Amino acid sequence: MDRRNSIKALIIGSLSTGVLIEACKPDEKKAIVNDPNSKVTGPTINRMKEEEEHYKQVIASTFFTPEEMATITILADIIIPKDEISGSASDAKVPDFIEFIVKDMPEHQVPLRGGLRWLDMRSLKKFEKPFKNCAHDQQMQLVDEIAWPKKAKPEVMPGVAFFNLMRNLTATGFYTSEMGGKDVGYIGNAPNQWNGVPADVLKQYNLAYTEKELKECVNFDKV
Amino acid sequence: MGDLQIKKQPKKYDAIIVGSGAGGGMAAYVLANAGLKVCLIEAGPMFDPKTDSNQLKNPWESPRRGASTKYRPFGDFDGCYWGWEIDGEPYIHKGDTKWEWWRARMLGGRTNHWGRISLRFGPKDFKRRSIDGLGDDWPIGYDDVKPYYDKIDQMLGVFGTNEGLPNDPDGIFLPPPKPRLHELFIKKAATNIGVPVIPSRLSILTKQINKERGQCFFCAQCGRSCKVYGDFSASSCLVIPALKTGNIDLVTNAMAREVLTNNEGLATGVSYVNKDDLQEYQVTGKTVILAASACESARLLLNSKSRRFPNGLANSSNVVGKYLHDSTGADMGGIIPELFDRKRYNEDGVGGMHVYTPWWLDNKKLDFPRGYHIEYGGGFGMPVYGFNWGIENLNGTYKIKGKQKEAGGYGASLKEDYRYFFGAHIGMAGRGEAIAREDSLCEIDPTVVDKYGIPVLRFDTKYTDYEIKQAKHMKETFSEILHSMGAITTWGGDDGPHNDYGLHPPGNIIHEAGTVRMGNDPKKSPLNKWSQAHDVKNLFCVDGGPFVSQADKNITWTILALSMRTSEYIVDQMKKQNLG
Repeated sequence: MDRRNSIKALIIGSLSTGVLIEACKPDEKKAIVNDPNSKVTGPTINRMKEEEEHYKQVIASTFFTPEEMATITILADIIIPKDEISGSASDAKVPDFIEFIVKDMPEHQVPLRGGLRWLDMRSLKKFEKPFKNCAHDQQMQLVDEIAWPKKAKPEVMPGVAFFNLMRNLTATGFYTSEMGGKDVGYIGNAPNQWNGVPADVLKQYNLAYTEKELKECVNFDKV
Repeated sequence: MGDLQIKKQPKKYDAIIVGSGAGGGMAAYVLANAGLKVCLIEAGPMFDPKTDSNQLKNPWESPRRGASTKYRPFGDFDGCYWGWEIDGEPYIHKGDTKWEWWRARMLGGRTNHWGRISLRFGPKDFKRRSIDGLGDDWPIGYDDVKPYYDKIDQMLGVFGTNEGLPNDPDGIFLPPPKPRLHELFIKKAATNIGVPVIPSRLSILTKQINKERGQCFFCAQCGRSCKVYGDFSASSCLVIPALKTGNIDLVTNAMAREVLTNNEGLATGVSYVNKDDLQEYQVTGKTVILAASACESARLLLNSKSRRFPNGLANSSNVVGKYLHDSTGADMGGIIPELFDRKRYNEDGVGGMHVYTPWWLDNKKLDFPRGYHIEYGGGFGMPVYGFNWGIENLNGTYKIKGKQKEAGGYGASLKEDYRYFFGAHIGMAGRGEAIAREDSLCEIDPTVVDKYGIPVLRFDTKYTDYEIKQAKHMKETFSEILHSMGAITTWGGDDGPHNDYGLHPPGNIIHEAGTVRMGNDPKKSPLNKWSQAHDVKNLFCVDGGPFVSQADKNITWTILALSMRTSEYIVDQMKKQNLG
């Protein structure tokens, strides 16, 4: 079943879910939801006209300087590096997401811009270079000062607040990407039939459905 | 643009309906199917879930990854246009009022994104004054509404179970989905401390009920509206099918300004501004049915002043806008360590909870007068903006794969932490009954108009000890349930007397009602027991406005039942020529 047909199947209201699911083999089901050609832009989702105008306004300007973007990219890849399961933050285009989101949510602008400058000043004092020009081990020394909120020194608390925000924004950008969703193991957003918690999982937690539940609840076991 | 003039539509309708949500959609459906000619006025654009829903979109298809905006406060994929604020349409707070006013502007209104929690009011819910002396009794009782609940259960579909509870009536239910893993934890823990947990009652089709609508395919995204019409929205299940009768002229992007009246004091039509061409229009009809939402309908009546009705239309009682009340709400979240490092599988399920807690206590033994129910959330949700925000508060607190780590951090170790905690969070939300009071109200602001020149509402309301004590009780219950399952509170645990125990501002739960209430006494209520204006016999209101009180139950199913009841009454009265 090609993607166009599967979408058509989806929007024909009279089709039962069973037909829909059986019409799509597992690897093809993905095609419904993971269109590799879809760009990370607004127009693929339903927008009212005021939202389209707002979106155009947001993307019309650039917020971060090239130097700031370079630092953001280094930090994002320190926070989410490539490992054996998935790629890095920059592989998942997290820096682009951060550039967008600070324009969409202006409350992040000052904390990020100011935090980047705070980090560069710290770096200049220690290593006489801005952060992005430091050697990797120097960068890691600077990051280690601010990456551990409970053991950080009081004088670096502005850096801790900045790094917390960077960590949270980076993680949000990464785990909401296709790569990140797979990494964390979200399996959903696809037509299926909920037939209850799998038997091995029930057993693992020493739980069972009651007779009442089994009798009353919708059941998709093949007879 | 030339000089402003009023364009009068020559056609005379049997009925003009203002608003296309649950109440207006049902009225349009019943009247059009009875062969009446209907003009349906909607303040927003056309919306058909089949083509317009964001269902099955992935988080990365939103540039803001599903985060909210003022256009979509419940997130970028949500199925509702607008929310707490609308450009050019302000509302005002009197004194320290904190009322929050949700306004949907689209075909089907807010039913495109609601929680589908479809609870019947019980016998006691119509007679609360007789029980606790507060508020007023309804002029009707459960037996008057039951036949309509039965009809809409079958016509629109709702899953649930018959439990034989005295004030949570049985219905005609489709089978509910089995509980998810965290819901089994909640059920076990709550039951252990005497809090009942039963299958939820949501208007979602776990079985197909007709050829026009598909069966639920368990994507958990009812909030986005459903492309196969597998859940109830007024757009997909009422208005769009009713349009096929050919008896409805739908006017979208039309903001109602006034209800028009004649010298005999009857309603003759509605004037509106077209938001696209900004021209003024009038349509005429034999009856006018308001369903613009409780507060918008009150606003429309109060703005429809004339020599005969100097106080606003249908307002000789002077209570239009009064008795405004919303559900109370307080929430708490936690994490279940037993669920760390869970096995992955698809547990999306339906768009909402599979189990809930109906009110289970006797208020005579408590220090607050009305009850609440508890809604539950949790599990493997689709990652969206804010995913595991604040992990630095979690990952130093628990051993991760047997190791005690330092809070915060970065790198491969941090990636492990995100995987470890995924799916272990749960949330609880209490939704309760507030007392409808005369001094809780909305009125026309004396000076402020919206961008169409329509005077706007000013809200004057605050909660009392009744609601605050109820919120305190909710919080204590949530803590006990969390404790009973070995979960740790992660948010909502710091609320106390300083912030009214986390009680949400009124309006925030989006169940506003009571502003055009029904009653037998024309001096105390604008509407009679048929939701027909005492003062204007061909004027009706079928949204949340007519509610005398709203129970600890989400009001949509009762709006639908009452609107169907009123609409059948209108058809009958028109046949008998009693409305002209």
